Amino acid sequence: MNDRRLPPVTELAMASLALIIAGGIYLSSHLPRHLPLAPAVALLAASALLLAGNLIALARVRDFAWERFFQVGRWSLLAYVVIAGMIEYAFLRDHLTGGPLVVLTLSLVVFAVHVPTLVGFTVARYHEPDAGPSPGLESAAGARSSAG
Amino acid sequence: MVDLTLPAPGASVEAGAPPGIERLDFEIVPRKGLVIVAAALVLLIVAIAVNKLWPLMFLHVAGGAAWTIIDLFLGLVLGPILGRLSIPARVEFTTKLMPKMLLIMPTVVTLTLAAGWQLGTKLGTVLTSYHNHGWVVASFIVVGVMSVLALGLLEPANIAVLIELKKPRPRPEVIEHLMKRFIYCAGILGAMQVATLVIMTKFATG
Repeated sequence: MNDRRLPPVTELAMASLALIIAGGIYLSSHLPRHLPLAPAVALLAASALLLAGNLIALARVRDFAWERFFQVGRWSLLAYVVIAGMIEYAFLRDHLTGGPLVVLTLSLVVFAVHVPTLVGFTVARYHEPDAGPSPGLESAAGARSSAG
Repeated sequence: MVDLTLPAPGASVEAGAPPGIERLDFEIVPRKGLVIVAAALVLLIVAIAVNKLWPLMFLHVAGGAAWTIIDLFLGLVLGPILGRLSIPARVEFTTKLMPKMLLIMPTVVTLTLAAGWQLGTKLGTVLTSYHNHGWVVASFIVVGVMSVLALGLLEPANIAVLIELKKPRPRPEVIEHLMKRFIYCAGILGAMQVATLVIMTKFATG
């Protein structure tokens, strides 16, 4: 197994997801009361900071399997954008507006970016250049294989 | 404890798949299943758009039942069995089960939560005035914890195992590491589903 040191992407991503979920629970558990948005904004900001930190730390890793990371990450991104879109649709259908809508929409953005990052990272960290491509991944998604 | 020991990677790696791991042909994402997923999501959009009680209740209850049963069965029954199977049997079972799980779980979770939220809005059960509001918040917390575990550990491990098994020379130690993560996570999620059952039966009985 690859024993080189990598940034704690999984741990940071889970902490980031926990923060936005906590913000969502805070907002949804006080409906329909108008409540201070500051706690939810603080949780979202902390979550976004963790996402940014994760991306920066990951970008600084040398000899990372970026091709494999993006190959897996982009399909995961597509799936999570669809899921986030469904949730956003439910918010809009329920006439959610103003500050809560902005906070929850930005939370969905963090969610839709961080989960695919985590999936791509988990796959790419175990990639070894001599192991060859995964022949079924792209064909399974109906795309031309671009793996080297 | 589940014994997940696989044979150590041998020097024969150069000759192909390590002993005990036969490379099987399978689709990581079953394409035919995507049609069913798309149909389920269309049903969800329609149910939310029409905002009628029965379609929302159907999708929430059917999705929730599937989610709970799969988590309980996988975590508490299949997981321990999987850990005790022979390596070829485990690999074959994994390559047949996990691609389906990759489509089934996100779909049933999305159906359950989106329909459930809309249902709660329609019935007023998500409002603070609801007499069982504390239980509603408890359900949010249980779902939140399960989401972090499923999204952060379970699903990445699931995908990584499948991609490793697709390689010309799958590495046993990587599969062992990821499967351990998958099985322990599934066990925790199965246990947390018991909390979901307690909360949902409390709602149903008022």
